Amino acid sequence: MLKDITLGQYFPGNTVVHRLDPRTKLVAVVLYIAALFTADNASATALVLLTLVFCVALSHIRPKALFKGLKPLIVIVILTAVLNLFYSDGNVICSFWVLRITDNGIRRAVLMVLRILLLVCGTFLLTYTTSPLQLTDGLEQLLSPLKKVRFPVHELAMMMSIALRFIPTLIEETDKIMSAQKARGADFDSGSLVRRAKALLPILVPLFVSAFRRADELATAMECRCYSGGEGRTRMKVLHMGRNDYLALAFWAAVLAGSIVLTRYGL
Amino acid sequence: MANSVITLDNVSFRYPDAGRDALSGVSLSIESGSFIAVLGHNGSGKSTLAKLLNAILVPTEGTVTVKGMDTRDEENLLNVRRTVGMVFQNPDNQIVASVVEDDVAFAPENLGLPPAEIRRRVDEALKRVGMYEYRHNAPHLLSGGQKQRVAIAGVLAMQPEILVLDEPTAMLDPSGRRDVLRTISDLRAATGVTVVLITHHMDECIDADRLLVVSDGKLALDGTPKAVFSQVEQMRSFGLDVPATTETLYDLRAAGADVPLGALSDTDAADVIVRWLEEKIHQ
Repeated sequence: MLKDITLGQYFPGNTVVHRLDPRTKLVAVVLYIAALFTADNASATALVLLTLVFCVALSHIRPKALFKGLKPLIVIVILTAVLNLFYSDGNVICSFWVLRITDNGIRRAVLMVLRILLLVCGTFLLTYTTSPLQLTDGLEQLLSPLKKVRFPVHELAMMMSIALRFIPTLIEETDKIMSAQKARGADFDSGSLVRRAKALLPILVPLFVSAFRRADELATAMECRCYSGGEGRTRMKVLHMGRNDYLALAFWAAVLAGSIVLTRYGL
Repeated sequence: MANSVITLDNVSFRYPDAGRDALSGVSLSIESGSFIAVLGHNGSGKSTLAKLLNAILVPTEGTVTVKGMDTRDEENLLNVRRTVGMVFQNPDNQIVASVVEDDVAFAPENLGLPPAEIRRRVDEALKRVGMYEYRHNAPHLLSGGQKQRVAIAGVLAMQPEILVLDEPTAMLDPSGRRDVLRTISDLRAATGVTVVLITHHMDECIDADRLLVVSDGKLALDGTPKAVFSQVEQMRSFGLDVPATTETLYDLRAAGADVPLGALSDTDAADVIVRWLEEKIHQ
């Protein structure tokens, strides 16, 4: 059951979007989100929606995969829609009991729901087309100016990549411990919520003990391989910004500008 | 000795808060290019000995010198560690990255080498251990033996002169164990690297140039595998077994047959017995 967890949800591929530098993609997502939140009318939102559709098409990610990721958000989306629909001022279109639906309410509801969906789809596109490792590398590079104010950028990136490395190992271990406890008569699947939570304790304790032992051994092994922090460390795979990266950045800057202009002067 | 790469001079080590020394009064000189096996049962101090060789631990008394560098000197630390590469028991807890080649690149990246040189070393190390085809794989999908070979490659990428392996086969299945042992002997043949193999499998020691037996924190026996295994009573008093061949010859002797104990391989032992039988017949 634990084997199903796919972290980062990366879909390997070799499209233009996959090949972009992770830094470009991270900045592009920031620009995209900025454009999304400045877009305050139909035309600007449509512009953002169209660019996202364009990028999804380029990335060869099946729309089905994106929709699947949206499923857990249904409650939030409905709540947003209802709240905006009934609690906005404006010209009343129809009303019953204490509820009134206004033209402004409809407009806001549609806009907010679109905003949430687009926000999530955009970030999904990033994690679907960029491996967690590339993302960590990109983040480390982008945040490297923060080293000047003693922010531990390298350490954070190293922690992230080690965490990613050990997720499958620890999941395997959890499976093993669960089987061992089940073999001795533990029951994880029945009883009240409190009972089930309590049943997890005999799994968590050995898992933590083993994780600490692993951490200790890993630290020794890293020291044996001359690890002494980020200072003076080089990388085998150097990130490289190509022509496409600059084009992509210009494209997203243009989308942000377009969104601002359309919101200001548009429909 | 002129070409000794590591020298231990009257080395003792005690873990903080421990009541007694984990290792006491060990003097030893390891020659360049040799294959040294260290045998001992659990808690004998053999892992402590390994960790003293590359400054993961520094001796409480005595000195450890690696190519003229005192391991107690902080300034030598990185140089000692890149000279003495260390491989541990559990491959899972030595692999840092989520991609095989990125993991092998870890050590040369730490050394601050230029990217092209790192690439070259990574490819070379992976080819040496026969894992080049798996360079883009995720380590957790490999078998135990393959993971351990990746761990060895990760250390080889530092181009160490001495390779210390602390029970590298203890967690592996028989085929993984065979692969790792073959990798080690191939490496020795191809690069002439000095190997210190710490183990509790006596059959892994048979091919060594020199066999050290550690018992109760002391260097108990030191000699060629033939000489060491011939001392059957001694070995048993340390709680260690001897190879099945030595054991058979020992039993024959106990029953009154006059056979020498030195033979270690099956064919050698058979030859010894045949020769003794022939002599018997001719008498």
